Amino acid sequence: MSEKFDVIVVGAGPAGTSCAYTAAKNGLKVLLIERGEFPGAKNVMGGILYRKQMEDIIPEFWKEAPLERPVVEQRFWFLDKESMVTTSYKGLEWGKEPFNNFTVLRAKFDKWFADKAVEQGALLINETVVTECIVEDGKVVGVRTDRPDGDVYADVVVLADGVNSLLAKKLGFHKEWKPNEVALTVMEVMKMPKGSINERFNVEENQGVSVEIFGDATKGALGTAFLYTNKDSINIGVGTTLSGMIKKKMKPHQLLEDLKTHPMIKPYIEGAESLEYLAHLIPEGGYDSIPKLVGDGVMVIGDAAQLVNAIHREGSNMAMASGKMAAETILKAKDLGEFSERNLDSYRTDLYDSFIGKDLKKYRDAAHTFEEHPQYFEQYVPLMNRAMNTMFTVDGTPKWDKQKKIMNSFTAGRGKLGVAKDLYRAWKAVK
Amino acid sequence: MNILVCIKQVPDTKIIKINPKTNTLDRSSAPAILNPYDAHGVQEAVRLRKIHGGKVTVLCMGPPMAREAIKKCVEIGADEGYLISDRRFAGADTLATSYALYKAIQKLMKQDGIDLVLCGKHAIDGDTGQTGPGIARRIGIPPLTNVIKVEEVDLDSQQMKVRRKIEKGYEIIQSKLPCLLTVEKEINTVAYSPLPNMLRAARYEPIVWTVDDLEDVDIKQLGLKGSPTIVGKMWPPAKSEGAKMIDGDVKKQASELVKHMLEKRELFEVKGGEQA
Repeated sequence: MSEKFDVIVVGAGPAGTSCAYTAAKNGLKVLLIERGEFPGAKNVMGGILYRKQMEDIIPEFWKEAPLERPVVEQRFWFLDKESMVTTSYKGLEWGKEPFNNFTVLRAKFDKWFADKAVEQGALLINETVVTECIVEDGKVVGVRTDRPDGDVYADVVVLADGVNSLLAKKLGFHKEWKPNEVALTVMEVMKMPKGSINERFNVEENQGVSVEIFGDATKGALGTAFLYTNKDSINIGVGTTLSGMIKKKMKPHQLLEDLKTHPMIKPYIEGAESLEYLAHLIPEGGYDSIPKLVGDGVMVIGDAAQLVNAIHREGSNMAMASGKMAAETILKAKDLGEFSERNLDSYRTDLYDSFIGKDLKKYRDAAHTFEEHPQYFEQYVPLMNRAMNTMFTVDGTPKWDKQKKIMNSFTAGRGKLGVAKDLYRAWKAVK
Repeated sequence: MNILVCIKQVPDTKIIKINPKTNTLDRSSAPAILNPYDAHGVQEAVRLRKIHGGKVTVLCMGPPMAREAIKKCVEIGADEGYLISDRRFAGADTLATSYALYKAIQKLMKQDGIDLVLCGKHAIDGDTGQTGPGIARRIGIPPLTNVIKVEEVDLDSQQMKVRRKIEKGYEIIQSKLPCLLTVEKEINTVAYSPLPNMLRAARYEPIVWTVDDLEDVDIKQLGLKGSPTIVGKMWPPAKSEGAKMIDGDVKKQASELVKHMLEKRELFEVKGGEQA
């Protein structure tokens, strides 16, 4: 007979590891299965790790975790062809304990985090692919792996197998994601001397900057580009919804190439040497794409559950929080002595009652609105740039006339009513 | 049949970089892996155990992180793993390494008895292939190098027959047991480990010995002190020029190619009017 665990967690990303850590810490017998060579080997994100949800799992993690830089400045660039409008917030309090967020390199961070779960008693095996859940009498009782004698059993199987979650799909929890429910992001990690980073981004040794870029970076398609500073490298990447990429017939690698050579971006990365090229799908369907989360003996967490707030580029924090909630629910179910859908369902209600459910609900229409109405990215970003240019170019034109010209330029394309509608729609989508 | 496999953790030389300024290996540039030839050694031991019974033990010298390499062997199917780890072993060349391993093997022989010792052909970081034969000479058992197949094992008469790779083909030789084999990759395919092995390996903690756990050790023969080898200079091999593209129509390309092969590579050497 194969071995039986209390919990099997599939996937050692932020969600899976948080779940394994919490469950093991509370005395459960946990098996964590990772398909990569080691946890983090296959995991991708832009590179921002939020302090709060990580701290909820490991207090004061920043004292030992392999982090890059605490972010002290968040910049937003609205890019046109040869200009940009920028806004930012820099606060030195973010550079001190307890910090706000950090840049991280996932290959290092995820490995460290998984080792922490192992320290708590979770058993980790790598290079093993779970091919399906073992279902008996409608109840998930274990998983089948691609290894010889590869069946292993547990009271609860937690699916943290990432955006495509083939395992949840096989259970009928969701269908194949539609192109507007996922974003495709490509990025590079580029080596750059510490000194150059500090100089170009105007920071000190242990301070980081995150830059979110809109507009021309995605050729007006719904999406963003980003630039994050690590210790001695930078992450640069760009992503749009898959549907946006299809509609505009854009190739992801070309989008990144264009970003790197954009006259507003190029000076920042001049001379940097490419270390790694990564690409990944991001679940951005939002509130209405959240699949069935709980079944008899099974739960879905993290990316597999579509838990990403695309507007605020939050995902890893939701992954961690969902993993922790799932583990806490399992502990409660263990006390009840049964791991039925009914006993595990408090994970779902906890999740919907938390910031995850509330934030995703708040923005449930946002991405779809911006996708269906491309004028926000296609027209308003260039208009903003031209308005600034008109206002600040000293050419002897009276300022009253300039303001009038700017107002006209906004209403010329969309009409007064159109602009009013756009404003109302945008407000409604994010209110 | 008790089999001991000597293994080494090495940097993955497929991707390791050499620091251009100091001409030393930048070990942080490559992950540490189980020496691939040693994996074949463990696999062969596991195969022989299946037929003849007994136990497969692995032995490794290295820093504490070499535990990972031993765990990998447990994934393949090893029963037990010993790591000899001590600062006094550090800086060892093949002479000092074979001495240290020999001392550990002596202790293991007293413990369980050993019928066969297996080693990889060589480690991919040093490529010397000296440690295996060095161990054999110190124990006083025959070294059979470059083995590509175990033909026969007869435990009753304590004999075994193996196929050795030689420059032109192979030879089959017979030896008494115990003996030491160094194995080539051709000897087997390292199997995709079964899940129970993975679970066992994840839990497994190798037994760690320091110098003080070994008996009758001559400290002067250990580590840097016991190593007469001096690495004079290290440099990356010259980069090849890469492929040359031949343009033009098919006919022109073909004739260019043949011409190139004749001239540059001497592939078709013409002797006395006949092609060799």
